[in-house]
Amino acid sequence: MNTNKKTREPLFHLIKRANVPAWQPWAIRIGALLLGFIIMGILCMISLETNPIDAWKYMFKGAFGIGTTAKTAKFKTLALLRDLSLLLLFALAVTPAFKMKFWNIGAEGQVLMAALFSMMCIQYFGGKVPNVPLIFICLAAAMIGGIIWAVIPALFKAKWNTNETLFTLMMNYVVIQLIIFMIKVWVPNGSQSLAPSAYANLPKIAGEDFWFTIIIALALTAFMFVYLRFSKHGYEISVVGESENTARYIGIKVKKVIIRTLIVSGIVCGIIGFLLVNGINHTVSEKDAGGRGFTAILVSWLAKFNPIFMILTAFLVVFLTKGTEGIMEENQITNEFFSQVLIGIMFLLIIACEFFINYKIVFRHRTAKPQPVLAVSESQAAGSVDDRSGEAAEAPVEGASTALQTDETADQAAKEE
Amino acid sequence: MKKIITIIMALALVAVFAVSMVACGNDGSKVNEVEIPALELEQPDYSDLTIPSSFKIGMICLHDESSTYDLNFINAFKAACKELGLSKSQYTIKVNVPEGAQCETVARELAADSCKVIFADSFGHGPYMLKAAKDYPDVQFCHATGTGTTTTDQANFHNAFASIYEGRYLAGIAAGMKLNEMIEAGKFTAAQAKIGYVGAFKYAEVVSGFTSFYLGVKSVCPSVTMEVQFTDSWFDPTAEKNAAETLIARGCKLISQHADSMGAPSACEAAGVPNVSYNGSTIEDCSNTFIISSRIDWTPYVKYIIAQSVKGQAIDDNYVGTLKDGSVVLTALNGDVMAAGTVEAIVAARAKLVAGTLEVFDTANFTVDGDHITEYTADVIDNGEADFWAADTQVIEGGIFKESKFRSAPYFDVKIDGITWLN
Repeated sequence: MNTNKKTREPLFHLIKRANVPAWQPWAIRIGALLLGFIIMGILCMISLETNPIDAWKYMFKGAFGIGTTAKTAKFKTLALLRDLSLLLLFALAVTPAFKMKFWNIGAEGQVLMAALFSMMCIQYFGGKVPNVPLIFICLAAAMIGGIIWAVIPALFKAKWNTNETLFTLMMNYVVIQLIIFMIKVWVPNGSQSLAPSAYANLPKIAGEDFWFTIIIALALTAFMFVYLRFSKHGYEISVVGESENTARYIGIKVKKVIIRTLIVSGIVCGIIGFLLVNGINHTVSEKDAGGRGFTAILVSWLAKFNPIFMILTAFLVVFLTKGTEGIMEENQITNEFFSQVLIGIMFLLIIACEFFINYKIVFRHRTAKPQPVLAVSESQAAGSVDDRSGEAAEAPVEGASTALQTDETADQAAKEE
Repeated sequence: MKKIITIIMALALVAVFAVSMVACGNDGSKVNEVEIPALELEQPDYSDLTIPSSFKIGMICLHDESSTYDLNFINAFKAACKELGLSKSQYTIKVNVPEGAQCETVARELAADSCKVIFADSFGHGPYMLKAAKDYPDVQFCHATGTGTTTTDQANFHNAFASIYEGRYLAGIAAGMKLNEMIEAGKFTAAQAKIGYVGAFKYAEVVSGFTSFYLGVKSVCPSVTMEVQFTDSWFDPTAEKNAAETLIARGCKLISQHADSMGAPSACEAAGVPNVSYNGSTIEDCSNTFIISSRIDWTPYVKYIIAQSVKGQAIDDNYVGTLKDGSVVLTALNGDVMAAGTVEAIVAARAKLVAGTLEVFDTANFTVDGDHITEYTADVIDNGEADFWAADTQVIEGGIFKESKFRSAPYFDVKIDGITWLN
């Protein structure tokens, strides 16, 4: 059929980068960010008829209040730092489990459960127990709530190897319904909102209730960095994440590590729930987590599970959210579609750039010789059987041998199991 | 060759998609809207009001414009600002502000940004608006649907609502006329005249709404009964659709709703059951079943708070918009579905409501457990904490349940005869 067809090298192929200098990944990341801002500017120019420079200005105005009064700027910056801290805390909660390749996407539910436990204490002990001990009771209850909701999927994973992603996801919906139910118990004829409570509220620091969250987030970031990097627990988490077999081989009790790590996650979620109820909202609502449990996955993953880098990635997320809100506000746009598009484009670029940090594209004309091992495409292997020349004949053979090898390794792995 | 085929296929797909989009856009262009003659409104004259260029107003919305509830507020807010000649930089709209501390943060941010008036649109925003009000005594904080002013003396915190029960009553007349038409056509007997209502929560605002609607229907079709199915959510398209379908299956001949999605109207359109809507017309999507809708137009209120703030005069703590000031409005009727004589009946009843000769909650018009009630203590004051929901105020005066008199937000929560709560 295709006897006359020459074997063609594909237009481009991918090569894994090796020995990259340290500055290069950062150059690529900053390049992607700049490209994102340029695309944002162009989109704003096309669809909102806003000058791109104005659009960027509005972003900073929305995020930090730059270009408004000093009072607004200070307030907006503090509000941004609080939001950043909250998101960072969620990311800290999921990170230990992620490092262990335990894909916990239930931080949302774990935090809500903690918030519900804390609110229950306020509802049932408020006014009966003095405020200071009540605050500590709330904190303890919140931690217990967070731990329960984190450990249940961990136990199932450790005992029966259930899928933790589905399990934690579904547990989120259970808590949401529990909160709706409890609000109905507390406010039977209401419109699904519980008035803020006067009991067990955390004190304001420097006249603002932003600082408590910010300070706790900073302290926990430092703790989590040390815990993951320098403690024995952190080392065990890394080993279990890399290879469970290795972990078992060197005598780490994998089940114990899974459960213990999820207890750590649960405690962090408990602290977040406590902050949400006692420090921020003074009430509970099923919308309190606001999707942060899911955004935190992105924050944690982009930072390669490093708590210090997570400050940067969390800042990026919060800045983009507030910045695009700023653009919308200046243009009196009252839907979030356009800002979602802008944020989406930005993240697409950032995630794509991680790919280009690991691989590079090599185009046809730039390579003198074909690179058989890395660039054997299926069409080449299958299509060139008829007119195979001496050289080309090697490629399929090589492919076959590697296939054989991988089969063998698979068999070995199976035996080990 | 393969590539060419792929390209052709891709182009064909795009073309099909584009055609179907255009087809969707053209759908439902033939609707027969019948306007109700406008009432002669009594609105303040703002023509000599000069608003300084430094004046700013902010608005806080629970969702964005994809929610019909918030869209109604956003439209009114923009219209009021435009009518009073505010420039784009003089008003800010914050959307998707949840009913939590975020609301307080946003309100304080607006106040720091030199807004003189801040208006929030959802019940749960109330406590957080009040907190912000305490920090900014020179800024006016207006809260729609709230009840907070019953317990606070905070001078710069205000509530607002409208006598929407009058709008519901008038919409009920259109529904009653339709029932009568169907009875005369022999579709069912007068005794079988049962209507259904999809309610959000067992909350006074909802109860007041469906009771006034029912009383409106009953004023023209005395044998009517009503069943109410609650969804326990302000916005849940699936639950609202299911509730409407349940009611239709139980033999309801006409459906109305108090919930913000298209769930109930589209279930009615699918089943061919007439529907009375709320918050805005659904005639575009439900041209075969939509009859009429009532809604609150917040434009007069937003203009009022701007004017009062500019003039340095006090804003009413419990503002109640009325038919007369243009806050309670009815959409156009659907000429293809409404019964003959509906326009005349609505205009006649509206004239009586405005003149005060007709009261929606006249205790002579309904019974509770077979008796006409002569007194009722409602929960008007939000005491907070334990007795938050305790009844505290006698609201029947001279044989009339005085809705919206003791506070702006509704408090009628009486279970009257003829209405069955299904869940």
